[in-house]
Amino acid sequence: MSKDIIKTPATRRRLLQGGAAATAATMLAAPHVRAASANTIKIGFVSPASGPLAAFGESDQFTIGQVKKALAGGLKIGGTTYAVDIIYKDSQSSSNHASDAASELILNEQVDLLLGASTPATTIPVADQAELNGVPCITTDTPWQPWFFGRKGNPTKGFQWTYHFFWGLEDIIGSYTNMWQQISTNKMVGALWPNDPDGNAWADAQHGFPPVLAKEGFGLTDLGRFPLPASDFASFISAFKKNDVEIVTGVLPPPDFGNFWNQAGQQGFKPKIVTAAKATEFPAAIQAFGERANGLSVEVWWSPVYPFSSSLTGQSSAALAQAFTQATGKQWSMPLGFRHSLFEVAVDVLKRAASTDPNDIRAAIASTNLPTVAGTINFNKGPVPNISKTPLTSGQWRKAGNGFDLVLVDNSQAPMVPVHDKLLPIA
Amino acid sequence: MSDWINTIVQGVLTGGLYALLAAGLSLSFGVMRIINIAHGDFAVLAAFIAIALAQWLGLNPAEALLLTLPLMAAVGYVLQRYILNRALGADVMRPLLVTFGFSIIIQNLLLEGFSATPRSLYAGNFGTSSVTLNAQIAIGYLPLTMMIVAVAILAGMQMLFSRTMLGRAFRAASDDPEVVRLMGVDNRHVYALAMALAMVMVGVAGVFLVLQSNTSPTDGPQNLLYAFESVIIGGLGSLWGTLAGGVILGVAQAIGAKFDPGWGTLAGHLCFLAVLAFRPNGLFPKTKDR
Repeated sequence: MSKDIIKTPATRRRLLQGGAAATAATMLAAPHVRAASANTIKIGFVSPASGPLAAFGESDQFTIGQVKKALAGGLKIGGTTYAVDIIYKDSQSSSNHASDAASELILNEQVDLLLGASTPATTIPVADQAELNGVPCITTDTPWQPWFFGRKGNPTKGFQWTYHFFWGLEDIIGSYTNMWQQISTNKMVGALWPNDPDGNAWADAQHGFPPVLAKEGFGLTDLGRFPLPASDFASFISAFKKNDVEIVTGVLPPPDFGNFWNQAGQQGFKPKIVTAAKATEFPAAIQAFGERANGLSVEVWWSPVYPFSSSLTGQSSAALAQAFTQATGKQWSMPLGFRHSLFEVAVDVLKRAASTDPNDIRAAIASTNLPTVAGTINFNKGPVPNISKTPLTSGQWRKAGNGFDLVLVDNSQAPMVPVHDKLLPIA
Repeated sequence: MSDWINTIVQGVLTGGLYALLAAGLSLSFGVMRIINIAHGDFAVLAAFIAIALAQWLGLNPAEALLLTLPLMAAVGYVLQRYILNRALGADVMRPLLVTFGFSIIIQNLLLEGFSATPRSLYAGNFGTSSVTLNAQIAIGYLPLTMMIVAVAILAGMQMLFSRTMLGRAFRAASDDPEVVRLMGVDNRHVYALAMALAMVMVGVAGVFLVLQSNTSPTDGPQNLLYAFESVIIGGLGSLWGTLAGGVILGVAQAIGAKFDPGWGTLAGHLCFLAVLAFRPNGLFPKTKDR
């Protein structure tokens, strides 16, 4: 017994000493990392591959594979040919993990260009880390308001190192309200806006949905912001039923919306229109609802009918979607086009950069004017500095064979994209 | 008015799930005096076992549940017999720390095997159908089944404890392990059986959890919290008290969420704190202050 007591502290002390030595060794080793990357240019990419938003990252590996193939011969920057190394990190759908992943890419991997995609939980921390450490950074797939104002952006100054392209709340509000007016309802809208950067931006009394809905004559049932993950929606369903809500909208991760939609079924709540961003954007999430997926609607940021093509591979939207399905056996989803266009911009920027110096890379990003598979990217033409906007439409899931097809029904905000049909009420 | 009734009805039904979660926790504390910190994680483990079985073998949720339960019983028996029994003794901290370790191990193994993506078991039409009482009140088949199963399991447990040899052995081993051994009963085996039973109950709870909503590998501690609160509200040692505790917690959350969707969980916690402050032994305690 007494032996134990003497032994324990000694072991602990040795452990601490060992730990200190290990830390010192790591710190000494760090400078060598940079020297090794002389003729390689490193691109870091952070995206949610797991967690509630995993569906967004589904096409990551396919896109990275395509880009690696296109850059197999290296990339010429300022007269020197560089090998391109793409380092991928999973944000696990969490802003803490995204932030850690970005700082690891910046500090340990010493990436020359940082990319991030999909929802504020990943794009905001990634951009913040890049801005803090002075690393050129491009992100996409987050409405521009949460990304810009969520990071306390100043519309006259903008940011120094970070650039972003996607649509904005004005587009989704316009497209949703236009689509909803295609069929006759009592115009009562029920909202599922959670307490996260997206939910807060959508519910904002000045820039969000409420003022536009009021102007267009819609009634609104909004119980307030709620924490995620959310498993119990009884209070929402009961309020929606009480106020005779016929249109449900929201911005929810697929699992949370799944909980809502199942409980709506359990409690016999049958709205005519359900338009949920994030949640119903993905074929896999839709498939899980079985028959109850038929008629759900959602905004569409990219689809095989978008009349654009890739600057990297020359593929049209349709060809890109087909190549993805051939390679993975999975149906196309919207992030596919934006993942591809993010790397299109990255490659274009590096090609145009005068050297691999961060300032030269940043200058190249700022002067981007590139037609991509997701639309033309030009950061000088955005509503605020550092932003480029892409076209947004809305669509509805319709049963087709064993699965569901996303049929475009509204292009009020992007007339260049063809629509196929009008919105139908949920049967 | 009827939307208030609906709120309470939905809360009561949620309480069924909490009671199922809590019953196993109450049993392992009652018999072994072990506070199983990994209890919620075992529920999530059972849920993921059921999901894996349903996927690999193409089973429906009921079949997956029936296959999961013996597995959970085996896990419980082995866990208690070969690991937790060794940690038992005068010091209650030791088994608690062991279960804390299990909590971390289970979460990380599940993350490794299934990634952080939330999953659910799809119950088809059964999961989304209901009995409609009026425009405001509808009772889903799935939550109703959950409640009925919870009541049936608790009734079964009550019978087991009061009427059977095994139940007597559980109570005896709980009261005085030394004397039980003198009577020729191996208390280690009795403990292991009790843990196996607790794991079966937590297994049922876990499978209902993923039938009702999406669950991710790190959801265990949150479930533990609800189970814990149900046990404390209901009173230690009382099975029907556990059911009442679960129902009170479920209703408190539902009423809180009716005022503001952000207040649901908070209202549950406040209700728990109020019980702790005014009735520290819970509402229906079987134990007395020492």
